Amino acid sequence: MARKVNAISPFNVTALALGMAFLYLPIVILVIYSFNASRLVTVWGGWSLRWYHEFFNDRAMLDAAWISLRVAAVSATIATLLGTLAAVGLVRGERFRGRSLFSGMLYAPLVMPEVISGLSLLLLFVALNAERGFWTVTIAHTTLTMCFVTVVVQSRLAALDRSLEEAAMDLGCDPVQAFLRVTLPLIVPAIAAGWMLAFTLSLDDVVIASFTTGPGSATLPIRIYSEVRLGVKPEINAICTMVIALIAVVIVLASLASKLSSSEAKSAAPL
Amino acid sequence: MSARRIFARPARYAAIAPYVWMVLFFLVPFGFVLKISLSQTAIAQPPYLPVFDFTEGWAAIKAAFAQLSLDNFSLLVSDNLYISSYLRSLVVAVTSTLILLLIGYPIAYGMARLPQRWQAIAMMLVIVPFWTSFLIRIYAWINILQHDGLLNKILLALHLVSAPAVWLSTDTAMYIGIVYSYLPFMILPLYATLAKMDPSLLEAASDLGASPLRAFWLVTFPLSLAGVGAGALLCFIPIVGEFVIPDLLAGSGSMMIGQTLWLEFFTNKDWPVAAAAAVALLVLLVPPLLLYDRLQRRQLGGAN
Repeated sequence: MARKVNAISPFNVTALALGMAFLYLPIVILVIYSFNASRLVTVWGGWSLRWYHEFFNDRAMLDAAWISLRVAAVSATIATLLGTLAAVGLVRGERFRGRSLFSGMLYAPLVMPEVISGLSLLLLFVALNAERGFWTVTIAHTTLTMCFVTVVVQSRLAALDRSLEEAAMDLGCDPVQAFLRVTLPLIVPAIAAGWMLAFTLSLDDVVIASFTTGPGSATLPIRIYSEVRLGVKPEINAICTMVIALIAVVIVLASLASKLSSSEAKSAAPL
Repeated sequence: MSARRIFARPARYAAIAPYVWMVLFFLVPFGFVLKISLSQTAIAQPPYLPVFDFTEGWAAIKAAFAQLSLDNFSLLVSDNLYISSYLRSLVVAVTSTLILLLIGYPIAYGMARLPQRWQAIAMMLVIVPFWTSFLIRIYAWINILQHDGLLNKILLALHLVSAPAVWLSTDTAMYIGIVYSYLPFMILPLYATLAKMDPSLLEAASDLGASPLRAFWLVTFPLSLAGVGAGALLCFIPIVGEFVIPDLLAGSGSMMIGQTLWLEFFTNKDWPVAAAAAVALLVLLVPPLLLYDRLQRRQLGGAN
């Protein structure tokens, strides 16, 4: 008889356990130390919310957090709109002139080093004589994150049964109606997941924001980054913990959204 | 005309807005990078020469064109600083990709062998760190690796070292940071190909007398090469241009090309040289980018 290949071997379990510990322990440690009462980051002085108080009295940090949230919300919304349109064009548009340039432009930013994207956008803004600040960062983030939205929506759309749209059109819908009434409701979970991914990516970015921002609109990651360069500070642990909590909420919402989409849409795309 | 063809036309119109956006904010900016990489540094606003002013007429534009030169690129290939940071980027990216493959493969393999229900949970667990802020995860490691951080405390308590070791500002710290940040990018494509593999192939191999290890080398590994390629490219390309991780975790001794670009741009205010470094980095990345694009298209194109 053949050996059972799918059995759980000790080797597999060890590899998985070590891998997960490696991925999660640093974050757990960071969160625990954010509740440390001691000023010395590494000496445990009992549980406390002191550093959270500190953050809520830190005007500059609060301003940066507010800018970041606004940039993330606005850029994620525009990116979701454009990314969904791009996915529809790529999947349902069949062949059209310039299609490979289009898909190339949409895949390249997924892996393009951020220093290049940031520098090139900045040079564009300088050449256009645009005042740098909220809107330049938002445009830069939209450009990056819409590519991620496209990938997410595209894989859902490709898995969708086309005969549904065709049936709607046989029953008298025009293509736009068929899309709005049949296709769109079916891909809404992927669109929602795309928005949330775009939101968290924007909230995370240091490099592109550093290039494209102007005086007075430093985002939260830029501020965190400049503090971190000077060393570990308990207040930063507290801010990071709050960002992690916010992202955790977003992830739960995103996974609920993808639960809503049918199970056959188990996409190969990792996002 | 079939319903499918009627649907395709408005779908193509849908692509217009994102198309225009990407041309404007992705393609056109590269033109500016190229142009400024051929310009000279100037103490002015913006800090380079020549500045094309289309209101000044054709002759002025032609004169401006004549001022473009390859000086910045000859600086790049003649100055040791740039050559060494170029090489260092390659060495760091290749080394990290290999480490990632060595660590990521067993994890992906373990995931693919889990019962179906657990696979979904394991995949979720690998994706979550990707959503969590990248900067925060690097910061978490600074907490652990600093002089009186957790790692040194544990090592001291176990009497493995007699005095706190230096971890921060070393290449070891940088590699830990890179591997930690990019691990999900390696695991997910590997897992995707391993999970699709038919287990009966391995059963057949063992029926024919292959030991598990031999079956792995002769069957599993060759069949997972597509995932290996995708994972390796997905890590290699961004690592070459990585800035934040080496800046925060590695020593100040030698720099990667992304750091050099940053330094020229923000500290030295030498925009033309920074732009030239960006072009050089891009040229380096074109072959892997094209390869990645082909892999992507094969994967997504198969679906429609």
